[in-house]
Amino acid sequence: MNIIVTIKQVPDTNDVRIDPITGTLIREGVPSIVNPEDRHAVELGLSLRDEAGGGKVTVISMGPPQAEVALRQVLAMGADEAVLLSDRAFAGADTLATACTLYHAVKKIGVFDLIICGRQAIDGDTAQVGPQLAEFLNIPQVTYSVGARLENSKTLLVKRMTDVGFQTIAVPLPALVTCLKEANRPRIPTLRGCMDAYRERPFHVWDASYIGAPVDDIGLRGSPTQVRRTFQPSPRGNGFLLTGDAQDCVLRLVGLIHERGLV
Amino acid sequence: MITFKLTPEQELIRASAREFAETHILPIAGELDEKQEFSRELTSKIAKQGYMGIIVPREYGGAGADVMTYCLIIEEISRACAAQSVTMSLTNSLVAGPIINFGSDEQKKKYLPPLARGEKLCCFALTEPNAGSDSANQETTAVLDGDEWILNGTKIFISNGGVADFAIVIASTDRAAKIRGLTAFIVEKGTPGFTVGVKENKLGIRASNTAELVFQNCRIPKANIIGGPGRGFRIAMDTLDGGRVGVGAQGVGIARAAFEAALKYARERKQFGSPLIDFQGLAHKLVEMQMEIETARLLTWKAAWLKDQKKRYAKDAAMAKLYGSEMATRVCHAAIQIHGGYGFIKDYPVERFYRDARITELYEGTSEIQRMVIASHVLK
Ligand SMILES: Cc1cc2nc3c(=O)[nH]c(=O)nc-3n(C[C@H](O)[C@H](O)[C@H](O)COP(=O)(O)OP(=O)(O)OC[C@H]3O[C@@H](n4cnc5c(N)ncnc54)[C@H](O)[C@@H]3O)c2cc1C
Repeated sequence: MNIIVTIKQVPDTNDVRIDPITGTLIREGVPSIVNPEDRHAVELGLSLRDEAGGGKVTVISMGPPQAEVALRQVLAMGADEAVLLSDRAFAGADTLATACTLYHAVKKIGVFDLIICGRQAIDGDTAQVGPQLAEFLNIPQVTYSVGARLENSKTLLVKRMTDVGFQTIAVPLPALVTCLKEANRPRIPTLRGCMDAYRERPFHVWDASYIGAPVDDIGLRGSPTQVRRTFQPSPRGNGFLLTGDAQDCVLRLVGLIHERGLV
Repeated sequence: MITFKLTPEQELIRASAREFAETHILPIAGELDEKQEFSRELTSKIAKQGYMGIIVPREYGGAGADVMTYCLIIEEISRACAAQSVTMSLTNSLVAGPIINFGSDEQKKKYLPPLARGEKLCCFALTEPNAGSDSANQETTAVLDGDEWILNGTKIFISNGGVADFAIVIASTDRAAKIRGLTAFIVEKGTPGFTVGVKENKLGIRASNTAELVFQNCRIPKANIIGGPGRGFRIAMDTLDGGRVGVGAQGVGIARAAFEAALKYARERKQFGSPLIDFQGLAHKLVEMQMEIETARLLTWKAAWLKDQKKRYAKDAAMAKLYGSEMATRVCHAAIQIHGGYGFIKDYPVERFYRDARITELYEGTSEIQRMVIASHVLK
């Protein structure tokens, strides 16, 4: 089974601050990590490959040269091959231009059975790239998945989380799945995995002309999104806790609800 | 020539070891300590990560990494639980080490792959009731009888002793020749006459198994001698030189755990209306701790680098071990002080770090012995 997993290197938002004047992220000194849900996507890819008894997991990422570190990290988990899409022409891409770039890269890779993406990146929170990539490729997509297994070589059973419960969908391959962190526990790279990631696994760097991506469709030029304003949501007031005997708490709660006219 | 930057590969190895230790070791370290329990389950998880065969060549199922990498991983594992790093250091430095350096091809093929895969556990038995610091004074003897050696004697304080599938045992094959009459044997569990005696009840590294080994007319095939008769002392001393680099890394890991706990506590705990960290007396203490940890790490890395470069490193290994171990005790002592009374209570982890740190000043040569080793190099 040939699987492509898309990953993104993101600043560790546990560590991020916003510049109060420009409203942009201060990236200085903030460590970079593999987007958390993308690690789950890689884990899902690896387990499906192993369950199928063979095939290949190719990881791809669009980003600056430093994003190599993120790709090596998922190679260390056990992915077979990595592609870094790196070119100044890719810079400033919104979700559409990113999906378009990934689309051209996937075309370049050629044959595949499944694409897996993390649901969303913690630095953008849009959850758009996966679905857009599926649209570019004109293949079915299943979003918010928490697990998947092969029904047969042509069909994947995907369990997805919805607001009201779980739904299992049989999707014909090739397809695209976006995955939540509930899907699995990503494996921790072994020592050999780490060494092989740097010494053995094929690693490619592709630019815009190599993947045949038209300059008008990628990077800032291919991005219709315009950021009008960024702001920090004002903090919600402090919560408070009612403690003590349950019956007493409920009475006080009802009193408070009336008092503040909340219902 | 000098660089203080790890390669991206080393950074990834270190981050992975840290994540593994925080996920699989740290949550149960306190409980294993309390119960004084050696966990086979955890040992096999550590082996699956590849940490039992770090320095074992790839052709024998290991990772084929260098000593520097070994130190990075030992530091991370020791930060979570020093006892687990004892098991790792036995397998890597004290047993795989001598087999790689002095063993025959058959011995390498037979013993290294199951060690690296974690299917077999092992121990290194040098110490005896009357041969501690004076390790040459071996009373365990082996006498040749046809194609076999007959082994008699008792080893004490042997890490992994009670759980090992085989042991490297140093014994005298020629009392008159003294240290030139010592020989290293591989003795497998189940060999008639080989039994495990008392299991020790310990102050620290309680999740590591420490036991007595007894040999009574134990018949060992000739093929189980490492490096030939009479080479045992050389093999033991060379092995301990290598092991000391790892003990330095252990000290650094334990001390880092104590420092991090103390720093966190000093930020959270308030007295006289401010966090402890705002009291300069304690802030300076934390600075000293951090500076000592970095010093010890650099000594350890230097010794590892020398060993990787195949240069002489015995003095540097002794320095890394001596400074790293005494530093760990000092830092853990300070960490308890910063915690006040809470540091003395088992709800906080620093008392475990303090107890664990203490062994690093004792095994693989006491601090006094390290000073003698260093003196023999620098005062000549
Ligand atoms: C938990 C644990 C695990 C161990 N694991 C192993 C193992 O796996 N394999 C193994 O073979 N051994 C192991 N040992 C044994 C350890 O290496 C010895 O305990 C250590 O070498 C000291 O020997 P000793 O206990 O006989 O002390 P002694 O040699 O009796 O020393 C007592 C004191 O005298 C000092 N001293 C001795 N000689 C001199 C001198 N010439 N000048 C100045 N001071 C001196 C010592 O430094 C020490 O302070 C372990 C010990 C422990 C406690």
